[in-house]
Amino acid sequence: MPKKILIAEDSSTMRALIVSSIAVMGDYQIFEAANGFEALRLLPREKVDLVITDINMPDINGLELVSFVRSNPNYQSTPLIIISTEGSQRDREKGLKLGANAYLVKPFEPDELQALIRQYLG
Amino acid sequence: MGDKASAQAIKDFLGEAEEIIEKLNVDLVSLGDSAENGDSDPDLVNGIFRGAHSIKGLAGMFGFDDISGLAHQMENLLDCLRLGKVRLSPGLVETLFDGLESLTRLVHGKSEDDHFSLDLNPVLARIQAAANGPGQEDISLSRFGITPEILSVLTEYEEHRLLDNAQRGRTLLRVRATFDLTTFDQELAEISETLKKHGEVISTLPCAGDSADKIAFQLICGSSLGAEQIREKLENTDLVVETLCGGGEGRKSPASQPAAAPRPSAESGGESIPVRNDILGAENGEAGGGSLRSISRTVRVDIDKLDHLMNIVGELVLSKGTIANICQNLKSEGDSSLAGDLAKATRTLERRLHELQQGVMDVRMVPVGQLFEKMNRIVRRVSSELKKKVTLDVRGVDTELDKLIVEDLSDPLMHIIRNSLDHGIESAAERRANGKPEKGTICLWASQKGNHVVIEVRDDGRGIDPEKVRRKAVEKGLVSEHAELSRDQVFDLIFSPGFSTKDQVSDLSGRGVGMDVVKNNISMLSGMIEMDSTPGQGTTLSITLPITLAIIKALIVKVRGNTYAIPITSVLETLMVEASSIKTIERREVIELRNSTLPLLWLDRTFKLSAEPGEGKRHFIAVVGLAEKKIGIVVDELLGQQDVVIKSLGDSLSFVRGIAGAADLGNQKTILVLDVGGLMSEALRGDASFYV
Repeated sequence: MPKKILIAEDSSTMRALIVSSIAVMGDYQIFEAANGFEALRLLPREKVDLVITDINMPDINGLELVSFVRSNPNYQSTPLIIISTEGSQRDREKGLKLGANAYLVKPFEPDELQALIRQYLG
Repeated sequence: MGDKASAQAIKDFLGEAEEIIEKLNVDLVSLGDSAENGDSDPDLVNGIFRGAHSIKGLAGMFGFDDISGLAHQMENLLDCLRLGKVRLSPGLVETLFDGLESLTRLVHGKSEDDHFSLDLNPVLARIQAAANGPGQEDISLSRFGITPEILSVLTEYEEHRLLDNAQRGRTLLRVRATFDLTTFDQELAEISETLKKHGEVISTLPCAGDSADKIAFQLICGSSLGAEQIREKLENTDLVVETLCGGGEGRKSPASQPAAAPRPSAESGGESIPVRNDILGAENGEAGGGSLRSISRTVRVDIDKLDHLMNIVGELVLSKGTIANICQNLKSEGDSSLAGDLAKATRTLERRLHELQQGVMDVRMVPVGQLFEKMNRIVRRVSSELKKKVTLDVRGVDTELDKLIVEDLSDPLMHIIRNSLDHGIESAAERRANGKPEKGTICLWASQKGNHVVIEVRDDGRGIDPEKVRRKAVEKGLVSEHAELSRDQVFDLIFSPGFSTKDQVSDLSGRGVGMDVVKNNISMLSGMIEMDSTPGQGTTLSITLPITLAIIKALIVKVRGNTYAIPITSVLETLMVEASSIKTIERREVIELRNSTLPLLWLDRTFKLSAEPGEGKRHFIAVVGLAEKKIGIVVDELLGQQDVVIKSLGDSLSFVRGIAGAADLGNQKTILVLDVGGLMSEALRGDASFYV
């Protein structure tokens, strides 16, 4: 069974870049969510093994998504990576405090993301 | 990353960047309007911030450091604005517009050449200077009765909005609701909309629902209404509204109880009940699929690819025509069984082909709103340069047109609007003196009329005096001094090539600059442009365009042995008339058609066809009309209707007037397609011997 990764990111180009960074790594099943709502709909229905999220998204921000993921018993230990531009220090700290495992600053290098995925998914 | 990114990825980036920029343009115009009133919608400012933020992130990934650097500075300024660190002012909006202008030029430049860049220092300096506002006081939010659970998920911006609402004396409220997982976004959107009408939604915190198919939300909002009043507005029995702080209530207990008791998980906020997670996997049977599935169901397509597809569809339409002909021939040769089968197959092919053609056409259709947004920006810029006050009244933004027509329309439309701003709309002082409101209005309205789209640009400026136009035309030798011209004919003179002049001695000459070019561009889109004006009251230009180009149904006609196609969308009816019913009124040949007079245009004379004239007793007439006008095109024979694919005549033959292009009839015959708009305006002007 391939491991499942959910990407919540509102920019389609950025999503495509994240997907292409992961696709070269091998057999992962990737779910793309173009906003927080799509991610919310997917999470309870599909047990994903890793969540990648942006912070600045319309309707539901990344921090709210992290909080939702962590409040769900199924996802309490699911690795979660925030990918966001170098923004407010406070938002970044909050993300980690809420339970995100890592924070990657855009523009990220595919190598960095791949290393994190290897670290969490083996 | 830049080097590694494929050309396609860069194209995708440029496409997305352009979309974001277009949206930023619209939003900045709205922000500019609110800057004048001194108040702004936080959602709008935040949306603009997010736009700049997205471009910055994307450009960084592609190594476009200049774009990401500029977007970063704009993001920073917008961050200060949304966090209340700098005040909104018209000057600040102008600075943001300057930044956006540079961003647009960079993005456009990169689409031509990856290495394109600009000297950004002046604009960066202006943005930085604008961002240097006083610092913000750090106030603890704990005193607003907000639980740490909620505080922990608020972004810095949301914290600021919370504070701002509290400082404005608004009541801070919490709305809790539980929804079905399948419909939550619509239901939540309805609640958010209602809350936004009466205040501001600051945060939307999702929590797991009490079953696998439920999801709960806590919305934190600020409102000038109390909890009870909000509760009534929401009209939903299944949610709880609580006062967190303010509004004189100062209580944290629920202000109203729902008719049905709230579900435990909604009540307990962060707690949740284990969620079944096998639903989707079982439904979709994706075990071991390893697919890169996407939820987003849209694709961005290069217009060239659609063009190519359209051409193929066009060729298929012609092939179908050929097959239908073969079928006819088989029938006439007596092989009726085979012909019958073939006819049946052809009909199926025809239906499917029609669907395919319609499908490709639909994909190419875009709302004119995108184009109008660009015009909005031009109005803002130019009116600010000219120090004139102008409102753009835009209507019919959902009217759809072929993407290529929209693209080709942008330059002529920009020219028309610039003319309105430059020469039509008067200065505020002049308008005041004439008893008009200081602020001028330019209307940009689109509407669909059958197979055409009409775009109307109307201003309430100083208008054009037809007598002045006539004098100018006489001066330029375009008409004789004693020529009797109707009002329409006078205004049509403005579009004549000779009328254009670069001297700006009067309001009138300025109005004529380049209008012949505008008209040619519109004609190339098989469209027509008309002008009307009343001195002191304003000018109206209306452009009538076909909804789409490429494949059209045409009426095939024959004149003196030559075959032509007339786009069927312009043909109102066909008639056969006796030569004796043709009369001459004011030296022009006309016929009476249902109590009105229809001017005639003889194709043989227009194109100086020299072969033997026909019988001369009867004539066929194709009555064509665009906008409100009609003429009758006189031909020898009507051959029938056919789908044709219009191809451009190319630059070397672009001077030929009255012809929109060439078309292949599918039987190795190439014919010319008439430019009905062009023919009509020349004919109605009363001179049909213009053609080469």
